[in-house]
Amino acid sequence: MKVAITEYLEIDLERELWQCRECGHDLGPARGNYKEGLLVYDRDPREIHRPLLDPAKYAYTFSPDPRWCALLEYYCPGCGTMVETEYTVPGHPPVRDFELDIDALKAQWAARGEPDGQPQVPQPRARAHHHPHHGGKRR
Amino acid sequence: MATHDETATAALSADEQALLDRFMHDNRLFYGPDPEIMRDHHIAPRSAEEVKVLGEALDPHRMHLVRGRVQSALDESFTMVEQMGAAPGAKWGDLITCVFTASGDLSQIASTGIVVFGAVCHYPIRFIRKYWMDDPSVGVREGDGFIHNDSRYGNIHNTDQSLIMPLYWEGRLLCWIASTIHEGENGAIEPGGMPAVAESRYDEGLKMCPFKIVENFRIRRDILNFLQNSVRDPKLQSEDMKVKLHAVLRLRERIRAVLEEFGPDYLVATLRKNLEDTEAEVRRRIAELPDGTVRLNTFIDGTLREHFLHKMAIAIHVKGDKMTFDLRGSGPELTNRSINSTVASLKTCLLTSLYQYVWPDLPHNMAMMSPIDVVTDRNSLHDCSNDVPTSMSLIPLFRSFTLLSAPMSKLAYSLPHRYTAMSANHYNQPATFVYGGLTQHNEVTGNFCADINGNGGGARENADGEHALSPVFGFMADTGEMEIAEEELPYVRLVAQELARDRMGFGKYRGGMGYEQMTTVKESSFWGFMTGQCGAKHPSAYGLFGGYASPAYPLAKIKGINIFEVLKDDPDLFKFSMVELMNEQAIPGGKYIVHDAGMAFEPCAEGEVYMICQGAGGGYGDVLQRDPALVLKDVEENLLSPALARDIFKVQFDAEALIVDAQATRAARDAERAARKRRGRPYLDFVAEWVTREPPADLPYFGCWDDPQLIYASPPGGTRVRMQAGRLQGVWMSNPKDRRIAELEAELASCRGAATTP
Repeated sequence: MKVAITEYLEIDLERELWQCRECGHDLGPARGNYKEGLLVYDRDPREIHRPLLDPAKYAYTFSPDPRWCALLEYYCPGCGTMVETEYTVPGHPPVRDFELDIDALKAQWAARGEPDGQPQVPQPRARAHHHPHHGGKRR
Repeated sequence: MATHDETATAALSADEQALLDRFMHDNRLFYGPDPEIMRDHHIAPRSAEEVKVLGEALDPHRMHLVRGRVQSALDESFTMVEQMGAAPGAKWGDLITCVFTASGDLSQIASTGIVVFGAVCHYPIRFIRKYWMDDPSVGVREGDGFIHNDSRYGNIHNTDQSLIMPLYWEGRLLCWIASTIHEGENGAIEPGGMPAVAESRYDEGLKMCPFKIVENFRIRRDILNFLQNSVRDPKLQSEDMKVKLHAVLRLRERIRAVLEEFGPDYLVATLRKNLEDTEAEVRRRIAELPDGTVRLNTFIDGTLREHFLHKMAIAIHVKGDKMTFDLRGSGPELTNRSINSTVASLKTCLLTSLYQYVWPDLPHNMAMMSPIDVVTDRNSLHDCSNDVPTSMSLIPLFRSFTLLSAPMSKLAYSLPHRYTAMSANHYNQPATFVYGGLTQHNEVTGNFCADINGNGGGARENADGEHALSPVFGFMADTGEMEIAEEELPYVRLVAQELARDRMGFGKYRGGMGYEQMTTVKESSFWGFMTGQCGAKHPSAYGLFGGYASPAYPLAKIKGINIFEVLKDDPDLFKFSMVELMNEQAIPGGKYIVHDAGMAFEPCAEGEVYMICQGAGGGYGDVLQRDPALVLKDVEENLLSPALARDIFKVQFDAEALIVDAQATRAARDAERAARKRRGRPYLDFVAEWVTREPPADLPYFGCWDDPQLIYASPPGGTRVRMQAGRLQGVWMSNPKDRRIAELEAELASCRGAATTP
């Protein structure tokens, strides 16, 4: 059984493996850090958040300062999907964002049964127009 | 030989200990914030009366009717405050009306109210119960009303003022009712009530611990006069106190009608059941999450006086139906900066974070947080002592409003159902102008603009974020009508709310955008602005699941001009765009300045231009998966430049017809995926080379690095110190102007040395 954990990650419960949901690439033991199965790129944040104010004129431009902000991009080595981004400080150890109890997860899903596709996101109720327009009919 | 302590302990009999306790109780020098109250966010145990009424066979349908009637009363009284209130916060929904149990637990709030205002109010009610109820010089009686604003006794910040009233029925205290407004002005060192330059708690203006202001349903005029005398806007102080009192009295009238119809047992039981049912449902929802730990690191990049880099991290631990929010590892409190927060305030913001972004379908009361434990380091920035200023606590607190959305999305994504969409960060900075001075009506005032309420929404798993949606702390507050503000105040919006092109959190779904605000002053002999927005070096609203963050937002201004003369003489020089105005520098004689958006109060002369930008929410998912049609829709609506459509989203299109070339787009995106695989490095290789043992030596870094037990504090211009996590001490920061003077003196000395060197 495979359980979706994020938009791009799932766990194969039988094999206890992290996998890419886009291409099925194995990303390492589910009890370990999935990032170890990914590729990382230290992106200059100014390449994404481009300077809008002229850097020749101003020290602040709407771009992050690369001395104060590192942008780590994590890619699936199988398909190149960007699985995660991490805004951090240059040199800071990347966060281990998931440490799941795999035995508990297995028990939870054994009780639930096979996942039935992507769950529906509740939509806000559309409100009927509650005032009549001039000369119009009340809907 | 016995030690002194042993002697003292051994010498006291039970009677003597009781006598000593009684003496200490009766002779307290001062009733400060009570840690027993301030550190407890859990709902109280059932009172004897609650045990009794919940043991009776009450009709659940009638309880539901009672709940509905109370809700209607809350909504009615909320509308009264919103319609009559004088503060900008009141006019645009930054307020609450609420009902508490007799024990002081927040049980129900107005449907569109700010939950955090109600949640913080349970602290002062418990204080009133503990200290004033039995005090012969104070007491609590029918017709009394209490006021407070000091965050050390339970508040977000000292701009917010409450009116709290006990509700009696046949001599029994059945519940408490209250209203709170973000009032703004409070007599602090800077106008508007949120002084960034406060260096001590004595710079923060009014510090009202809970005290009685209303007796026999009337405001005490002598005390009101004292409060008016302590603030810049005595009219506002008086008017909104009356507004809150009369809204609370209407609420009282409606609840008494409920009591007459249903009897007191139904009210007591309903208010308690609201809490217990919510708590039970939260436990059930925790239990369905996967067991384990998720973590998020965030970084705050300024104190509003200078840049620093403060780590605010969270680990969420789940096991069964237990959940813990662990916020240890943060940097220490700052003894002379205003951005500290109490842990009591922090917890109510985490409560709001759950309501806003995780479980918005649950009833809005304080039981949501009751089953959850919160762990912090004492004397840290978000669990500060009572001795440091907290007037700009919004800096860590706005962050905390969004702290849960990403890690809780990571916990909840696997569930077979959704309570709401997984979402990236809503923009999380108080981006607005705070103002003060003399109005065109010759009145002194100070307050903030309701533009703070237009934070961009985070992108969701199934949709883009909404533009300029709502404040991060509430879902229904509005950004206000500029014309109404301009009637009362001498500022003029040259650009009120223009969505800011290219300033978005990119992703498969993009974050909702913020807007530019361009303002100036007319017809005032003295006026000025301050701002309190961080994130000019390190973005504050992060993306989710591969989405990018918001940009980094500065403040821009053109000093030394009168824009009204420019508009009269040569209007083509003016551009309705901060970027064009600042890059072209076309208005002659102007001094063009850009700095971070944390600005201390400064005078603005008539016609000088100040510009800030409301922020965008974070993006969701990989940019290469964004529907090319949505990318071009953003281009067509001038939200995104064609260059970024090509460079970030890799969409190829006809620039004039704005028609996607699907084949070329697929090729460009395939090429980018291949490029990622080439440039990305295996994680362990990357970490081995990139990670450093300590924070960079030249960064003013605060907080832990790899070991949560070791906390760094690196004050700018000072020496880096290391502390043990459980033993944090406040850090004193030097004056930024002194540091600048020292830099310039060193430069001058160097120049002089060079000049005298042969």
